[in-house]
Amino acid sequence: MTSASSAIAARPVGAPAYPLNLGAMAKEAGLTAFVVLLLTVAMVGLNLEEVNSDLVVLSRMGDVAVVCAIAFVGRIVLILLREFRFRAALAILVPATIIVVIPLFGRFVTSGQARADLASVMPFHDPIVCWVVLILCLFFMMRAVRGFRRSVSSMTAEDREARADRVGAMVQHAGRYLGPAMLLLAIVFPFANAIPGLGALADRRVLDIAILVLTYVMLGWGLNIVVGLAGLLDLGYVAFYGVGAYSYAILAQSTGLGFWTCLPFAGLVAATAGMLLGFPVLRLRGDYLAIVTLGFGEMVRVILTNWVSFTSGPAGIGNIPRPTFFGLQIVPPAAGVGHNFFTFFGLDYLPITRIVFLYYVILVLAMITNLFTLRIRKLPIGRAWEALREDEVACASLGINPRNTKLTAFAIGAMFAGFAGSFFATRQGFITPESFTFIESAVILAIVVLGGMGSQIGVVIAAIVLIGLPELFRELHQYRMLAFGAAMILIMVWRPRGMLAHREPTLRLHRQTS
Amino acid sequence: MQGTYEYLVAQLINGITLGTVYGLIAIGYTMVYGVIGMINFAHGDIFMIGSFISLMGFLLLGVLGITWVPLAVLIVLLATMALTPVWGWTIERVAYRPLRSAPRLAPLITAIGMSIFLQNFVQVVQGAKIKPMQPVIHGGFEILRRGNYNVSVSIMQIFIVVLTTILMVGFTLLISRTSLGRAQRACEQDIGMAALLGVNVDRTISLTFVMGSMLASVAGLMFLLNYGVIDFFIGFLAGIKAFTAAVLGGIGSLPGAMLGGILIGLIEALWSGYFSVEYKDVAAFSVLILVLTLRPTGLLGRPHIEKV
Repeated sequence: MTSASSAIAARPVGAPAYPLNLGAMAKEAGLTAFVVLLLTVAMVGLNLEEVNSDLVVLSRMGDVAVVCAIAFVGRIVLILLREFRFRAALAILVPATIIVVIPLFGRFVTSGQARADLASVMPFHDPIVCWVVLILCLFFMMRAVRGFRRSVSSMTAEDREARADRVGAMVQHAGRYLGPAMLLLAIVFPFANAIPGLGALADRRVLDIAILVLTYVMLGWGLNIVVGLAGLLDLGYVAFYGVGAYSYAILAQSTGLGFWTCLPFAGLVAATAGMLLGFPVLRLRGDYLAIVTLGFGEMVRVILTNWVSFTSGPAGIGNIPRPTFFGLQIVPPAAGVGHNFFTFFGLDYLPITRIVFLYYVILVLAMITNLFTLRIRKLPIGRAWEALREDEVACASLGINPRNTKLTAFAIGAMFAGFAGSFFATRQGFITPESFTFIESAVILAIVVLGGMGSQIGVVIAAIVLIGLPELFRELHQYRMLAFGAAMILIMVWRPRGMLAHREPTLRLHRQTS
Repeated sequence: MQGTYEYLVAQLINGITLGTVYGLIAIGYTMVYGVIGMINFAHGDIFMIGSFISLMGFLLLGVLGITWVPLAVLIVLLATMALTPVWGWTIERVAYRPLRSAPRLAPLITAIGMSIFLQNFVQVVQGAKIKPMQPVIHGGFEILRRGNYNVSVSIMQIFIVVLTTILMVGFTLLISRTSLGRAQRACEQDIGMAALLGVNVDRTISLTFVMGSMLASVAGLMFLLNYGVIDFFIGFLAGIKAFTAAVLGGIGSLPGAMLGGILIGLIEALWSGYFSVEYKDVAAFSVLILVLTLRPTGLLGRPHIEKV
């Protein structure tokens, strides 16, 4: 620790001339710790536990003390960083890192006695607390070291905004190459195993996650039509996803038709549902629209749950047929069934083939959504959506019919959700109303907004970050959604306009020369 | 039995009790919306935290041996009204204040994120199982009787309605008479102008969250007393219903929030009583859509005038 701080101290840094006001610092940090104490004294300090079928309260005040101590020290570090005292901040951060790193890696100490000794001197044991503190320490250390180099405590909000905008613009300009490159990567991804050195990258589990991510990418692109292009805040998008899934499942079960035959029909039903929602909300704006769409989503879920004779209720629908490859089923070859995918092409049966096929199906569906959005933005209706988003009154006075324009946006957005829903049903083979809760709508909206409204690549990145990463850490089961919520807040506070926020005007009066 | 007048009265009593709880939560939504124009999705979870703190309070008092019901309820009420608003304050400070000048959707997303975070936080620290509690307030009065069907009002229901009335009166006085209320109303009209005239906008917004959380925590206590079962997820549905109530009454209007809450409570109780329990949510949302189609700004909302 000493070597690290002295090495950095050797740099000539113009330290501020005024002395640090220790009293004010202690007061500020103490106040933070006090607020944290009030927050945690009941919710963390007391534990509701069922003992012999009686609810009792157990004390966990030790944890409260730990959290308050972390808050106190953390606030001091923040103040030091703010006041350009990078050396002092590092002097706290480095020992703090050591304190949390030792128990994390102390688990590898094999001797029981040594481990007990270690545990008795270390203040924190809970690995989750240690990891969180470690990540915070590393983050602030990075800030401190950067501060040393540039003699600035942190960038102002405008600087960050401007930088985010530059990054967004860069990605958009690179989109011409980045998009196809990402698509190519996505196409070869299932065959990553064939590349030496990568090992079993695209195994069953990773492919499943990739399918899930692509489903959300498709939903994100679909919702982007409603929210990003037409500017209609839709909090019930999952309703159309559910309608699509159920219409495919019920149609396939009752008529015996296959996935590809039912797909357009499911999209049509979902689009009709979109129109149905669209009519009553035509006059509403902003947040009124948000709550009505939210209510619509809940209504659809309640109906799916309770209309037992039609949807078989909470029990769900099972045995939904799988998609076929031009009529060829992807199942293990069986005698006397005629041709299937493997016998037709003379291939050996591989169980993963079905997953790879599903991957390509959703990839194609998602790409159709993407191409459709990109093209329709250039058509009159797409331009009308964007104009409507900017100013409804001006739009109406220019002869654009707001009613039809809004209804088309709802219908087309809903149609893509319906397609995605059918895919969900055929992939799962089993659906229940519980898959279509409000939280799904919130996640899809978060993907659109976090990615940067209107940015197609942003949606992909946000879907990977929000859906893919938590899936990879499934072991941290109960902390997964906790981290998900925290990530939503942190990304939004970090980049209020989304990760890749940059919107080029779709139409310019003069062509830019560059 | 369904056709009798007594049955109707019983449903009305249930509906009003439920409605006051919705109304108390709805005020928090409507105030925040009035001042900073955002839907505070985490507000329902504040209500949930309030009911958890109340439950802990009752169990702790049981351990300490305080069993006289009025005293116990009073202590728990004060405790939850003191501790829950700290959560509301912190949420605003951490997740909404940095985004005050951001695009409108940004705070909405952090609010949803905060709601997910709080639900899962409570699930992690307190467990996912439902938490039952023995009834605290017993007794009631029989007001109507027909044959062997009698309609009674429990002391609990009287307590809930009386407490809500007291809070509403106090709250109305706070908004209309005190300097804080004046600052709050000024911010509602025009935040920039209020700041220019010396209103401490940050402080006023913080206090708006604190007041909203206080009312939500009382609603949490009432929910716990009335239903006796809570879990980490109760905030979601109650929050959505309360927000529906706020919109129904006209978002931004305080009497509207209470009116909307009672209406939603009555619709639910009557629909459950006469038609089907399963579709009571559909009924509530249908009424919302119907009202908004006819009056796009809610029942008591001010019309939104757009200047071109």
